[in-house]
Amino acid sequence: MNETPGADSFAELKRREQIVNPHSEVVHFPASEGLPLDSGGLLAPFSVAYQTYGTLNADKSNLILVCHALTGDQHAASLHPVTGKPGWWETMIGPGKPIDTDRYFVLCPNVIGGCMGSTGPSSLNPETGRTYGPEFPVITLRDMVRAQARLLDHLGIDQVLSVIGGSMGGMQVLEWAATYKERVFSAIPIACAARHSSQNIAFHEVGRQAVMADPDWCDGRYLEEGKSPRKGLAVARMAAHITYLSDQALHTKFGRNLQDRDQVTFGFDADFQVESYLRHQGMSFVDRFDANSYLYITRAMDYFDIAADHGGVLANAYAGTKTRFCLISFTSDWLFPTEESREVVHALNAVAANVSFVEIASNKGHDAFLLHEPELFDTVRGFLNAAARWRGIDGTSAST
Amino acid sequence: MDAPVNPMGLRSADASRVDLLLIAEMVSPGSRVLDIGCGDGALLRILAEKHGVDGRGIELSQAGVNQCVAQGLSVIQGDADTDLEYYPDGAFDYAILSQTIQATRNPRLVLQQLLRIGKRAVVSFPNFGHWRVRTQLMFGGRMPRTDNLPETWYSTPNIHFCTIKDFLALCDEMGANVERAAALNALGTKLRSMPLSSQNFFGEQAIFLLSR
Repeated sequence: MNETPGADSFAELKRREQIVNPHSEVVHFPASEGLPLDSGGLLAPFSVAYQTYGTLNADKSNLILVCHALTGDQHAASLHPVTGKPGWWETMIGPGKPIDTDRYFVLCPNVIGGCMGSTGPSSLNPETGRTYGPEFPVITLRDMVRAQARLLDHLGIDQVLSVIGGSMGGMQVLEWAATYKERVFSAIPIACAARHSSQNIAFHEVGRQAVMADPDWCDGRYLEEGKSPRKGLAVARMAAHITYLSDQALHTKFGRNLQDRDQVTFGFDADFQVESYLRHQGMSFVDRFDANSYLYITRAMDYFDIAADHGGVLANAYAGTKTRFCLISFTSDWLFPTEESREVVHALNAVAANVSFVEIASNKGHDAFLLHEPELFDTVRGFLNAAARWRGIDGTSAST
Repeated sequence: MDAPVNPMGLRSADASRVDLLLIAEMVSPGSRVLDIGCGDGALLRILAEKHGVDGRGIELSQAGVNQCVAQGLSVIQGDADTDLEYYPDGAFDYAILSQTIQATRNPRLVLQQLLRIGKRAVVSFPNFGHWRVRTQLMFGGRMPRTDNLPETWYSTPNIHFCTIKDFLALCDEMGANVERAAALNALGTKLRSMPLSSQNFFGEQAIFLLSR
């Protein structure tokens, strides 16, 4: 970075360092190996940063590809280099855990468009010599998946034992299974849908408008201006965070409890605990995430509609598939309700695909996929055991 | 997972094993199977372990589904009455409906769907023509309750009971071809070389292999 970032925090400086020099493996694809994009352009050169856990077996058949959600990254099961917090899926990935790293080789790439080392809007645009900013091409989830496929090519992996992810990660799983049928032995899309609903697009638009309304966004050129649209991005995150929870979860956690006071102040301070909580969520988010990445990735999700890419019929996307599917939804998830998963199940039934579908009773809302949900763990473990067995990988992962 | 969960409370453990083993016998190894109303997945497990069949299941109870998937079986939550329409014609070699048809709202339609999505259908059900059932109704004057069918009339999920003769009549009406049929007595023993009317009297359960 040549510019002096107008960051309010040391954490944000650390985060910007990750764009150029990620705390993980990274593959740089030269300009001659650019990535064709759905929008018609070419992303060249491009980089994909990724983390791995466990060991690849001799015939390279034990790889599990983990796709992260909108604001996730490659640090699924290791300390986050910016926040110092445990990985976002430590509950799921590790020795003896459902995605058992004693048995499987786990690969988690950062999506393109992201801000943790894979090429995104805060990367350097080789044509102009400055950061892409708003000149970054609009990407799609299929572009992200295509970049991941290039990473697998680079690593010499033909087929993954499983591809798994929740939310936008689950959408990538569905895209993987539609676009690269032969390369996906099994697929676990969690808390997701085959298209982004109108309501979800609406929420994203609110978030983007909040970012763009912040004068420090500088029409997307905040890095060069030495600024950062922290307030706008924080508001976007606050609004989005509500959609990740459930009414019941919020009520149980906060009710109408007041924050460090006995009565309301008749002002606009954070009187209520829930307000204080959301403000904290917003402010800590901006330390670890790039505002333009937020715009580009939410846009990619909005454009996601697998059926539309296949003549309007979702089942067409999966005709002839041999992939073993396991869909998982949560009862209190109103962002990606069970009905959306069921639609995918019906489409898969229509092509007589091998599909399991589990709806898990939880009051934690959409975020349940990231939390301690024993039934989720049992499902993933059991499904992966069976997939490994049918794939001819020895041993089983016992419940711990 | 030794004791089978039986949401319908229909079978004793031993008899259910025999019933499932007989069904499994009717399925050729390596074929494509859909088990509708698969419960805790007992049949799917037998098919996978003993016959190398990578079967699929549909189960109404979410608890049953979650249990199956955690064991590595391919099962979805669904309803025999409403969810079979999503499957294409001839998608499976066998569509199996074990001890479930009597609990469906529209058994005829379900049977039609079975014969549409499966090249063959396997159907097993409790025989309401069994002598114990007949004698209870005749001499007790109340709805029969047996070890095999313990529920009261007001709590039973079994809303469409039939006898072996009734079922054969329906197959005839629908033009379904009965390839094999077996009746089991209360001990789970197969009744052999017995005229139909006797099987309908002594058989507690019936298993049919049908084709279009």
